[in-house]
Amino acid sequence: MNAITLTDLDISYGETQITHDINLSIAEGESFALVGESGSGKTTVLRAIAGLAPEWTGGISVLGQERSHGVDRQFARICQMVFQDPYGSLHPRKTVDASLGEPLAIHGIGDRANRIEAMLEAVGLDRRFRFRFPHQLSGGQRQRVAIARALMLEPKVLLLDEPTSALDVSVQAEILNLLKRLRREQNLTYLVVTHNLPVVSFLCDRLAVMRYGRIVEVADVAQLKSGQLANAYSRELYAASGGTLVQQIQD
Amino acid sequence: MASTRAWLLDDSPTSLLQANLGRSYRIVLALMRNPLAVIGAIIIFVLIITALFAPLIAPFSPIGQDLANRLQPPGGTHWMGTDELGRDIFSRIVYGARITLTIVALVAVIAAPVGLLVGAIAGYFGGWVDRVMMGITDVFLSMPKLILALAFVAALGPGIENAIIAIAITAWPAYARIARAETLTFRHSEFIAAVQLQGASPFRIIVRHILPLCTSSMIIRVTLDMAGIILTAAGLGFIGLGAQPPLPEWGAMISRGRSFILDQWWVATMPGFAIILVSLGFCFLGDGLRDVLDPKQGDKL
Amino acid sequence: MSPPLLEVENLRVSFPSPQGRVEVVRGVSFSLGKERLGIVGESGSGKSMTGRAILKLIRSPGKVTADKLMFDGLDILAQSEKQMRAIRGARISMVMQDPKFSLNPVMTVGAQIAEALVTHTKLPRAEIKARVLSMLEAVRINDPERVAGLYPHEVSGGMGQRVMIAMMLIPEPDLLIADEPTSALDVSVQAQVLDIIDDLVTSKGMGLILISHDLNLVSRYCDRILVMNSGEVVESCVASELSNAQHPYTRGLLAAMPQMNETREELPVLDRSAWAGT
Repeated sequence: MNAITLTDLDISYGETQITHDINLSIAEGESFALVGESGSGKTTVLRAIAGLAPEWTGGISVLGQERSHGVDRQFARICQMVFQDPYGSLHPRKTVDASLGEPLAIHGIGDRANRIEAMLEAVGLDRRFRFRFPHQLSGGQRQRVAIARALMLEPKVLLLDEPTSALDVSVQAEILNLLKRLRREQNLTYLVVTHNLPVVSFLCDRLAVMRYGRIVEVADVAQLKSGQLANAYSRELYAASGGTLVQQIQD
Repeated sequence: MASTRAWLLDDSPTSLLQANLGRSYRIVLALMRNPLAVIGAIIIFVLIITALFAPLIAPFSPIGQDLANRLQPPGGTHWMGTDELGRDIFSRIVYGARITLTIVALVAVIAAPVGLLVGAIAGYFGGWVDRVMMGITDVFLSMPKLILALAFVAALGPGIENAIIAIAITAWPAYARIARAETLTFRHSEFIAAVQLQGASPFRIIVRHILPLCTSSMIIRVTLDMAGIILTAAGLGFIGLGAQPPLPEWGAMISRGRSFILDQWWVATMPGFAIILVSLGFCFLGDGLRDVLDPKQGDKL
Repeated sequence: MSPPLLEVENLRVSFPSPQGRVEVVRGVSFSLGKERLGIVGESGSGKSMTGRAILKLIRSPGKVTADKLMFDGLDILAQSEKQMRAIRGARISMVMQDPKFSLNPVMTVGAQIAEALVTHTKLPRAEIKARVLSMLEAVRINDPERVAGLYPHEVSGGMGQRVMIAMMLIPEPDLLIADEPTSALDVSVQAQVLDIIDDLVTSKGMGLILISHDLNLVSRYCDRILVMNSGEVVESCVASELSNAQHPYTRGLLAAMPQMNETREELPVLDRSAWAGT
């Protein structure tokens, strides 16, 4: 069964049509990247799958279930989202404990304290962070909390919207390692939206390049690594992102 | 004491209680750095103590008449003089603090939650819900407050309870507007999207996630409004539509002192001073709270 | 060897905080000729503050001290605010990160660029207009007449940044400080904007300080690089020699970045305890 299948997806926002004819199949356990620049519609696709962008036509199915246009309680247990801005994705007045406990409370899941502590450990946060407020955490720590929160309901599919774009390089490395490890440990499926090709190279198996609301190319990450992207725009992106100098230092 | 302080300021609280108390403590500390806010807080504190312990503080009865001693100037026995019926003005002001505090507290307790809820619901749902609720709010907002209060009191009859209801009815629309504006600023933020994605019902989101964020501006606005509420109540009392005699409501006292103002100035001015002092206290405190709870300084508090 | 354009010795910037005074720039020293210098660091490293200190843009309660802060023979620390106003824009310019926030939303693009000229020169209107249009062309905007009449919200991010560059370079300063000039832009546009900066800086013989968090970017567009961490310069090297960086922080940073051709299972993570980093 496919983790995510998008069929002829056209998403609109009011008068404007944002995406055109999106067709994608993402297998279970796969890590898939949606790559593009601003205005490409990649984030909108994510939001439509989550139910946050309700104006669409076509088909979205996640783990075999057809998606409704809005947010869905049952869907929350199989698919969650990690947002881009660590400074905006946590409720400023709730402690880490409260933010992590909220999904449990909504779905009536017990054993709260143990689950929270287990999750904090899984994302590499010490227990002393449990009752802090977001403004007492650094960007990287907040993003860890956001990831922990997304995993509290034990979803199988994770939607990630530029999860490391707002982070410093050194912190980004830690979060990328964490994401890779969690996926391996819990056999998760990732759909990652990003504009950063090296991150795709590290974290993903396949990618789709989007431009002006359309998919221009779907490729294997091996093609990305060897620079063998077919589409002209993809190659342009590749060249603009190329990190030549640092390649030499890699051991 | 030092260890309590350390416990409150601990960077890594071990319980929700500790985290919340710590946060409140930091707010209070920040507030205390502002001299005007401290003055305001002291004035309000004195008001509350005066109201609570009125029988112990007032040397005379507020309604006991002593016609032989009418219109005495401020002096040794009667610190603020006596009024036209020989009643000690100081005692009347002390007992009047109870009335003032009751009015202000009840109006806040009635109007603020109503306004908060209306505004948050309108802001969260948007669309026609927003338009209907704001339409109703606008109807109330468009009427001049004192006149509306007058109309209600005239319809319901004079008396302090009706005055409170009337003022509350005029006060809630402004709070609704504020709550709606606050809600709109974070309605589309990612932390609200996150909790929606967890399957929370709109009711839960509004009550547990949106309302807590509106409380800061609400507290500030209500505190600053207290001065206006006191004055409106005094205005109603002045016209005779608020508290009825012999209740020592400050506005009514000023009204009755009007006729003597040239020769026996203290009858009208003493209650006037009381009103000014208490209004100032609320303004200073409200300003201080605004500086400390300013949303732009973040989510620090 | 021409005399240095900018000489900085032991620059310190501090701010008050609940825990006492905190130094965000701690003893930074460097000198700059008519070359391109890159200052690289993560957030909190003090790189932006260094740029602002040079332009004396740090207001109290921030405090700036230095043994030496000389621009072309002028002692910056000794300049009055009025004298600094004559220097800013005319002799030292700064391009900032996001044109959304650094351009005045209620003035047309052309008017803002003209303002930069009007502030520092006394030229007739026709001449100013001509210079504005030619500057827009120099930043590779194709239809300068039309664009000059647009408002900032009507132009794209990349174009907005080019407008910013035009505005900052039209008075022909000697030194340009670019603080994260491309961080808010799409990847494909970044190269264009940096090429323009590079072009103009070389053709006019200006000095350039490029402040960024992106090591690769800085190594491509600069002659020399300073790496900052926690307010201090930890490494100073020639751009082409970056791969032979010595300091563990720089090497750690280089290794922590994912590569286009990534084969590592895990990215090496900076061990901050080694130098008490952020």
